[in-house]
Amino acid sequence: MTVPLTQHRLADGPTRRAIVQGGALMVGFALAGVPTRARAATGDAGPRPVDPNEVDSFLAVNGDGTVTVFCGKVDLGQGLRIAMRQIAGEELGIGIDMIKYIEGDTTLTPDQGRTSGSNGIQRGGMQLRRAAATARQALIELAAQRLNAAPDDLVAKDGEVRPNNGGAGIKFAELIGGRNFKIKLNPKAPLKDPATYTLVGKPLPRPDVPAKCTGGFTYMQDFSAPGMVHARVIRPPAIGAKLIGVDEASIKHLSGANVVRLKDFLAVIADDEWTAVRAARALRAQWSEWSGLPAQDKLIATLRADPEVTDEVLVTRGQQGPSAQSGAVSRSASYFWPMQSHGSIGPSCAVADVRSDAATVWTASQGTHGNRKTFARFLGLPEEKVRLIYLDGAGCYGMNGHEDAAADAAIVSRAVGRPVRVQWSRQDEHGWDPKGPPQLLDISGAVDPAGRILAWRTEMWLPQTTRGLPDIPLLGPAAAGLDNVRGLQPGLISQNADPPYTADNVQVLVHWLKDAPLRPAPIRSPGKPANCFAVESFTDELAAAAGLDPIEFRLSGLADPRGIEAIRRAAALMNWQSRPSSGANKSAPVMRGRGFAYVHYKHSESYVAMGMEVAVERGSGRIRVERVACAHDCGQIINPDGVRAQVEGSILQTLSRVLMEEVQFDRSRVTSVDWSSYPILRFPDVPKLDIVLIDRPTQPPLGAGEAACSPVGAALANAVFDATGARLRTVPFTPDRVKVALSAV
Amino acid sequence: MTTYRLRINGVERAIDSSDPDQPLLYGLRSVGLTATKFGCGLGQCGACSVLVDRRPTRSCLTTIADTQGKSVVTLEGLGSMAAPHPVQAAFIKEQVPQCGYCTSGMIISAVALLAEKPKPTEDDIRASLEGNLCRCGTHVRVIRAVMAASGQGG
Repeated sequence: MTVPLTQHRLADGPTRRAIVQGGALMVGFALAGVPTRARAATGDAGPRPVDPNEVDSFLAVNGDGTVTVFCGKVDLGQGLRIAMRQIAGEELGIGIDMIKYIEGDTTLTPDQGRTSGSNGIQRGGMQLRRAAATARQALIELAAQRLNAAPDDLVAKDGEVRPNNGGAGIKFAELIGGRNFKIKLNPKAPLKDPATYTLVGKPLPRPDVPAKCTGGFTYMQDFSAPGMVHARVIRPPAIGAKLIGVDEASIKHLSGANVVRLKDFLAVIADDEWTAVRAARALRAQWSEWSGLPAQDKLIATLRADPEVTDEVLVTRGQQGPSAQSGAVSRSASYFWPMQSHGSIGPSCAVADVRSDAATVWTASQGTHGNRKTFARFLGLPEEKVRLIYLDGAGCYGMNGHEDAAADAAIVSRAVGRPVRVQWSRQDEHGWDPKGPPQLLDISGAVDPAGRILAWRTEMWLPQTTRGLPDIPLLGPAAAGLDNVRGLQPGLISQNADPPYTADNVQVLVHWLKDAPLRPAPIRSPGKPANCFAVESFTDELAAAAGLDPIEFRLSGLADPRGIEAIRRAAALMNWQSRPSSGANKSAPVMRGRGFAYVHYKHSESYVAMGMEVAVERGSGRIRVERVACAHDCGQIINPDGVRAQVEGSILQTLSRVLMEEVQFDRSRVTSVDWSSYPILRFPDVPKLDIVLIDRPTQPPLGAGEAACSPVGAALANAVFDATGARLRTVPFTPDRVKVALSAV
Repeated sequence: MTTYRLRINGVERAIDSSDPDQPLLYGLRSVGLTATKFGCGLGQCGACSVLVDRRPTRSCLTTIADTQGKSVVTLEGLGSMAAPHPVQAAFIKEQVPQCGYCTSGMIISAVALLAEKPKPTEDDIRASLEGNLCRCGTHVRVIRAVMAASGQGG
């Protein structure tokens, strides 16, 4: 049976009642840890405050002495669940074990923006720190009245306010337990002196790890709602194809399986998951032809020749015009970074319960709050009637298919009037997750024999970002003909396209492309791995042209003391001996070399310096990365083990992207739709990692989830050049590409 | 509808399925054993690994019918938060998982390796886990945890 959209509500039969009960159960689930006693005390059963300017949006002191932290940023495995507790507990004066935690729920947590851009701690965490500091000040003032003491003589510690010089204190719960603070975040509330920290800076274990290791952790993929049906969405064989016809009889043999069709949106539902899988495989549908993609083997030329570009000069520094100096050497080179998939190990999944007047969507999206507007729009519901609740999915590193799967689930749920779980297949995820955009960079420059950069010009071709776009266009609403946003949102992909080193003149010009070959979305460290690959490779090319050691060349053009220290620390890890590249063993069957790269992330955030040791096999063209050394300065470290895990992950994931990854496509669709056609790094490819974290407790904390991705490509390319004399300027560095480059030396 | 009888985590269980070709993975998850993850359905990623008669097995490619009468161990059957298996304990101590979606398959594969080779070298671990993919980049911690679980290093 095809379920038309107009029949989207079941009558109040048993199924509906089950859903209502389920709804109550779900609310109970979602509210675990909410100060219910607090509500009872005040009689306030109304909505929680979610205004990010209000202290109560972030913190509640419960009647039992615990504190609940409400966090709008979500934990994707990067450790916010512990780091946020450390920040709040430290600033408030209460132990970690007394803190409950709720995250990513549009009804319960403040809108702190997408969990992206490595902003979790540096923005979201600092909002929470400010809220906790404001709350502590309020608690101390309340206690001062009760104790008839001066606030300066009191301290908040271990969940109570007590006199500095000893004596009985008053518990937080006694002071305000169950009641709201009703105050705004005070930007002037005094912060604790980092020298007195007892929680921040400690490698406390992440609370979700034990359940993840023993099987009790509930992922998005494991969640079920009462009365839920399983759905699979059938995507067309060509990206722009239209649905001509569906042969519903083709799944008649599968008991309980049904077709849901809305225009070009096609799905099957069944009571059990395996039947839904079989139905999706068996369903016969006829689609129109479509072949609107560019030819992959001509992609670079296609981007470069695109007539519909908007030019923007991003950087102009120093005097313009050519620097004519005797002995100056000029170079120019072109670099390319291909489209890549987020490559989540678990395909996207979501559950939605859409009713005529309200919707609840469980999603692993990094943008729970941001999605609310989008979902309200295509569901035709008021924003406040749409609730999105975050559950961990497989790591998404930007924006994989999570949002699309959630929209799919919402569309099918609205159509069938029951809670619906949509699970994507591996082929769906690889084929249809929005892709990291292609990036093409031409760089030219000149250097004098002393190593001074005389001129630098970067010219880039990048997909544009549509101004004011709240979200990227979603597949389901587009196919179903529902209200959908239009435009591109690849992330902030033009940053770090100019060198961090002194240069007489620098210009960065971007040609914004009106469109992208495949739907783009932010992918970890958006744009910066490619830009830094080009900039730091070209820096190395200039150093080699001047006959100078790559690290000394960098240091001679750098004034920032934190950058200098990061470089020196990484050089020490590498036991770096000064000499120009390339090295001496260029004719050996296995050539060894070392490379270096540096980034000051977004020119304003973390500092990362990275060295690599590689072996290149002449016969096979295979690169073996043997060791990566990294010095990482992200300011104040909240949790050093969490930062270390992020740096390890950034390095290994980006090595995978640089060595292996490129989305393959024909004129109709993505053809790299599994792990054999889109291989990623495996255990035998994993190098030794030596990481030094530079802690700066008195500096603001900066992001640690992305910065170390950026220098990976250049450190590797520079090491290959050092080993072989061959320059790799196109990612990925496949054995075939390496062999071609070697033959040109 | 046919009923298939399996021994899962030491307990005799009956799983109903209308399709003998239904992968074991869906059978396990349908009875609430959700630690075993769907990753690709192609036997390429290792997220769905379980032990079938002590051998590491891709539950996405093994049918429920073929598992009839056999003994299946999933992550839940190895240990618990209160009493974790030594490999689970090592993964917790080393804080291995980030997203953790691959962790179940990693631990199962590591348990199978240690049953065969109680003192593996690092290269043994790399070779035996080659078929388990991780996207978060936790590999160095996985290796360290397996070494520690085997009483080496750490």
